[in-house]
Amino acid sequence: MAELTKKNTEKQAPITSLRRKPRWGETIIQSLLFLSGFLSIFITLGIVYELGKEAMLFFQMPDVEMLSIITTTEWKPHINKFGIWPLLTSTLLTSAIAMSIAIPLGMSVAIYLSEYASPKIRNTLKPILEVLAGIPTIVYGYFALTFMTPLLRQIFGNDAVQIYNTASAGLVMGILILPLITSMTEDSLSAVPRALREAAYGMGATKLEVAVQIVVPAALSGIAAAIIVGVSRAIGETMIVAVAAGAGPNFTLNPFIGAETITGHIVRISGGDLSYDSIDYNSIFALGLFLFLITLLLNIISQAVVRRFREVYE
Amino acid sequence: MKEKEVVQGFSNNVNTRNRYGAVWQIIFQASTIVGIIALIALMLNIINSAFGYIAYEARVDPDTFTVDGVPLEQQSKDQLLTLLQSELSSGAYNKLENEKPFADRSREEVFQLIVERIIRPEIVAVWDLWPSLTQADEIRATVAQEFPTAELDFVSWLTSDFVTRPQTSEPLTAGVRTAILGSLWTIFFTVILAFPVGVGAAIYLEEYASDNWLNRIIQTNINNLAGVPSIVYGILGLALFVRAFEPLTSGEIFGLVDPTTANGRTVLSAGLTLGLLVLPIIIINSQEAIRAVPRSLRNASFGVGATKWQTVWSHVIPNAMPGILTGTILAVSRAIGETAPLVVVGASTAISFDPESPFSKFTTLPIQIYQWTARPQAEFQSLAAAAILVLLVLLLSLNASAVLLRNRFSRRF
Repeated sequence: MAELTKKNTEKQAPITSLRRKPRWGETIIQSLLFLSGFLSIFITLGIVYELGKEAMLFFQMPDVEMLSIITTTEWKPHINKFGIWPLLTSTLLTSAIAMSIAIPLGMSVAIYLSEYASPKIRNTLKPILEVLAGIPTIVYGYFALTFMTPLLRQIFGNDAVQIYNTASAGLVMGILILPLITSMTEDSLSAVPRALREAAYGMGATKLEVAVQIVVPAALSGIAAAIIVGVSRAIGETMIVAVAAGAGPNFTLNPFIGAETITGHIVRISGGDLSYDSIDYNSIFALGLFLFLITLLLNIISQAVVRRFREVYE
Repeated sequence: MKEKEVVQGFSNNVNTRNRYGAVWQIIFQASTIVGIIALIALMLNIINSAFGYIAYEARVDPDTFTVDGVPLEQQSKDQLLTLLQSELSSGAYNKLENEKPFADRSREEVFQLIVERIIRPEIVAVWDLWPSLTQADEIRATVAQEFPTAELDFVSWLTSDFVTRPQTSEPLTAGVRTAILGSLWTIFFTVILAFPVGVGAAIYLEEYASDNWLNRIIQTNINNLAGVPSIVYGILGLALFVRAFEPLTSGEIFGLVDPTTANGRTVLSAGLTLGLLVLPIIIINSQEAIRAVPRSLRNASFGVGATKWQTVWSHVIPNAMPGILTGTILAVSRAIGETAPLVVVGASTAISFDPESPFSKFTTLPIQIYQWTARPQAEFQSLAAAAILVLLVLLLSLNASAVLLRNRFSRRF
């Protein structure tokens, strides 16, 4: 040991100040990493700028009146009628049908998985849900058109249900959103501490009462966030409605007849060779901006809900 | 007496409460079963369409082309070319020559052209798997009665030929090779853009970023971008890559393509668009992987005098890599399945030649499925089902490799 110390003192290096030594490599790398992170800001700005720019061109066109967009009920670009309602109602209709399936089913499955299922069952069911979540949406679109629509036509009659209809698109969209809601809800249910459940059992509560009256209220912020994210997903969902909900805007609340949603309209319009600076080209940017703002708002609300109302346990 | 009533009331109440509990437990279980049934129905529905009887008629009898007793299937490429030239109009022949010179085409390709253009088998009826299995005799009777000249065959729409043949407009000879190659090219550019940038951003946010307003905005922004509908990215890609960067994405400034026909609707534009789409997902997944690397490892590295970057490069990244790769594979499988943004960016509706450069026109597997699904004839639905099976097998093997990777390399600290 003494020898070692001696050796070290013999070879004593000149003392330099490590703190002041400029390390250009480190600085360059750090700047590159920062730029990578900052790129996401550019993407958002890019979306807002590009969509906003083209949307402005759309709104400035002589044939487009801001007022008639929200007061008229026909969307027919070829004869310069731009009423947003037919696209909006069908978007809301498919989303409402989807959520009426996904919320009750998704919450029931989540409660079952978190409160009732044995670990063995949970470990088999969760991968199945992940498989459902990983299937591309075009496959769901195919499913809607070739399974759900014939099923609905068999139940309600071929006269009542058109080949393309919002009901089948909405129902299948519900199946698509189910695993999303389930996994987010299940996460927040299992985050509720065991002690709360034990206390309720100690008071003589049944399993159902513990689940519904203790665990669910404690996890409410997470559940609300799951539902909001689900709605945002439903509004932005494209391929299912493009395949199964029908082509051509239709101002109706009847779920059994075809009606084009905002996303379906964008896909159909841009499917062909779209010429730049046409009114169609500009209109998809206006619709895209509208979609972006709605979903952004919903996502911000969901994050705020989680932050604001989260019950924090020790 | 009164006490007994209370006890009585309590026990009755317990029964009711337990009944409620039992009923709701059944409801919760039933919901779960409904979800599983939906998945099974989806799979069965696809398999049902992907196999089954078809009845088809040749528009021109192939026996009429037998030369010197040699049937069409065994003739050489030159014989086939002569036949093609004599049967097609010179305009159609020259058009084919322009698309791809006949000298470059293999014998199989020429044979396929003859089947497609001259013999032209036409599907007259299609049955799904279930009726094919249960009502085979009735199907035979129907075909014999309604289409006396038609041949009836039990086919699997998903064959090795289906995977290796290029796309055509004839359902019997259509394949998905063009689409698979299109998907692979697209994904290549997606990964090239999104992986380094995504991992870089994750390292910055986890290792370097201090808690100030700018970094908080970046983090919030990334979380929000992950929730933006994919079609919005498609519109961004259309404005940015297809239009604003057209000289770059069409390959014009490199002088590699004919400037009169070049446009920005290329593999490169599609890949970059999907790159932007999966970037937030890769960042979030990589952040989680980096966060799982324990503090002590970094401190040990700093303790022996390593700089920040040396620590990150030699300790944080290697330990986080399995997690980062798993997250990236999951993001890639999301990108492979995306359809809507590529439709908007401008995937070609009908191309039969493989993409050969970043500046090629393209179609991808999901786009192909979309186009076939959108057609009303049953044979195209069956093609779509077969293509879906190819896509699902591709995604399943990717996901399985992600799971394997996670299990093989995951370390517990």
